[in-house]
Amino acid sequence: MSTLIKNRAIAADTWQPIAAAEDLHNQPLPEGDLLFPPALWQARKNEIISRYKRIGLWLEPDADLAELADDLHYFMVIAIHFPRFADGRGYSLARLLRERHHYEGEIRAVGDVLHDQLFLMQRVGFDAWALKEGKDAEKALNAFATFKAPYQSAVDEPLPLFRRRNA
Amino acid sequence: MYRYDNHDFALVRERVAQFRDQVARWQSGELTDEEFRPLRLQNGLYIQRHAPMLRIAVPYAMLSSAQLRALAHVARTWDKGYGHFTTRHNMQFNWPKIEDCPDILAYLANVEMHAIQTSGNCIRNITTDQFAGVAADEIIDPRPLAEILRQWSTFHPEFAFLPRKFKIAISGTREDRALTWFHDVGLHLNLDAEGEPSFRVIVGGGLGRTPIRGEVVRENLPWQHILTYLEAILRVYNLQGRRDNLYKARIKILVQALGVDEFSRQVEAEWAHLKDGPATLTREEYERVRAHFGAPAYKTLPAGQAGLQAQPAGDKAFARWLARCIAPHKVPGYAAVTLSLKAPGQPPGDITAAQMEAAAQLADEFSFGEARSSHEQNLILADVEQSRLYELWQAAKALNLATPSVGLLTDMICCPGGDFCDLANAKSIPIANAIQARFSDLDYLFDLGELDLNISGCMNACGHHHVAHIGILGVDKNDAEFYQITLGGRQGSQARTGKVIGPSFAAAEVPDAVEKIIGVYLAHRHPDEVFLDTFDRIGIEPFKDKVYESRAHGKARPHPAEQRTEQRT
Repeated sequence: MSTLIKNRAIAADTWQPIAAAEDLHNQPLPEGDLLFPPALWQARKNEIISRYKRIGLWLEPDADLAELADDLHYFMVIAIHFPRFADGRGYSLARLLRERHHYEGEIRAVGDVLHDQLFLMQRVGFDAWALKEGKDAEKALNAFATFKAPYQSAVDEPLPLFRRRNA
Repeated sequence: MYRYDNHDFALVRERVAQFRDQVARWQSGELTDEEFRPLRLQNGLYIQRHAPMLRIAVPYAMLSSAQLRALAHVARTWDKGYGHFTTRHNMQFNWPKIEDCPDILAYLANVEMHAIQTSGNCIRNITTDQFAGVAADEIIDPRPLAEILRQWSTFHPEFAFLPRKFKIAISGTREDRALTWFHDVGLHLNLDAEGEPSFRVIVGGGLGRTPIRGEVVRENLPWQHILTYLEAILRVYNLQGRRDNLYKARIKILVQALGVDEFSRQVEAEWAHLKDGPATLTREEYERVRAHFGAPAYKTLPAGQAGLQAQPAGDKAFARWLARCIAPHKVPGYAAVTLSLKAPGQPPGDITAAQMEAAAQLADEFSFGEARSSHEQNLILADVEQSRLYELWQAAKALNLATPSVGLLTDMICCPGGDFCDLANAKSIPIANAIQARFSDLDYLFDLGELDLNISGCMNACGHHHVAHIGILGVDKNDAEFYQITLGGRQGSQARTGKVIGPSFAAAEVPDAVEKIIGVYLAHRHPDEVFLDTFDRIGIEPFKDKVYESRAHGKARPHPAEQRTEQRT
């Protein structure tokens, strides 16, 4: 079980993915806080909505957000999977969720999630991280303070430095 | 040039602290080699053949004399007393220790230098014309917008882990000197009907394994929108660029796969959401940055060649230097001077600590304390009074910085190659030196006229061999080093890649092959034709016939060392 960082602190985690390999389209759904892959969500949306108070979504980096745009308000948590930390698609997905789709729930990074990516991830809209197993979460908290005033407009600070420079 | 304020200083210093911590965590084993690799690359640190290599950014080519002295200090203190200018303006040190790199970067931060994003799959150093701001054919000085792009791209949170590296070049002149057609994004600055800067945006050019000339995706983009438009391009690329194959991961492959029309449509659709958002540039910011690039305190000098004519006549060596190393300047009475880093026997682009310090002194004495690096791997003093050229020439000559070969055959662009680089298939510096030795006669070189010869040690094409009139590419054939020759490539507004002449050559054969190519040109040229003119008129066949005359036509010579490998070509 990996350690969860949320709101810049170590937090308890109740959310579980549904293993992608299992064919759950015709199986009974398990109990608990679940992160549903889009295909399962689309196939059993009504059942999931009626049965679960807390619903999560699991996105792979090639996810099509347009297909899910109208459903985003159902999700308390959206997990974006990083199969390799060097695969940067999840950064654009998080930013699109926040800026384009105005999603306000939790966006968490899962998978190959490491200390040195936390700073950039918080800038594009992530607010939770399931750190890779074996990594020191206490130490990783330092990463949030890496840069005090970065240049760009992003989710955490919509005004670029050049609009704040003399303020 | 641009000077850091407290914000800029804070960011590079925070970067040094971050990198120091990353190195420490790697040394303690908290970070694996694989995890550390992209982190060190994004800070310009490679693990090379003999030692690490640290690549320092020289943003859009500008160097103050203080920065040159600081680089000299780094070369003496932490390296072997020299550095190497790359084809993207940067300086590489080939022998630092990894554990010293945080200290090197802390030292350089004091003179507003860094190694941020000089490697890795992120937005790289923004390059431009080495004569920006002084070129006689300049429409707009691109440096303020290049600095704005530098800041925007530095630690861009969304685009730090792209499918592959991403290079942007920006040009504000009529004749392109920044290789804009062969970058991931090339930007041409022009003036719109209201006299405001606007961009032509070219996407999907590149050299490397698959050389492709870029395509225009947008004309007349008003300057205020450049950051949001680039974000739209990068977002389309970040989400859709291939990540399954390193060799198909550059944006040029995506543009080709989608077609430029569909690619442009997607960019425009993305941009519709970003346009006029907070990243839209303000006039206040443009003017703030532009104020850093104001004209230095030029004297009012007579127009024309008065200053030049006052120089000592009759000195043939000086006349040669004037003919090759002086570029026109937009201010009357001034000239832009190239200090050549192509002295015979030296690796092209290498410069010693003593030369750096002396060049810093020359910059202070002759050129308002500034210098530039060129993508042709020379050093430029951009603002020299014509009446002081003789004085400058004598000083440069004493420093071995006055080789009068700029634009000639021996002014080669050359990557570090197999002597240093882990990626290289073959050595390139010994080939450059062998060609320099073969063509050492200056009268002969001057008679040959404008001729670009570039050498890359592998398909990554750091030596820009594709766009040389004569390009030489190192290839590996069954663990032996061979060299493929291309003809007819060119830079500039008509930039295009050269054609392969035929089977490759062993290292020892390369100078002969080049000499034969030159011989064909000399035999066919019309008066006033440069090499490229003759090549365009007669085509590649006469060159092929001559170079392979002792072999069956178009076939490799049955050289014992080649026999077992040649069937493959």
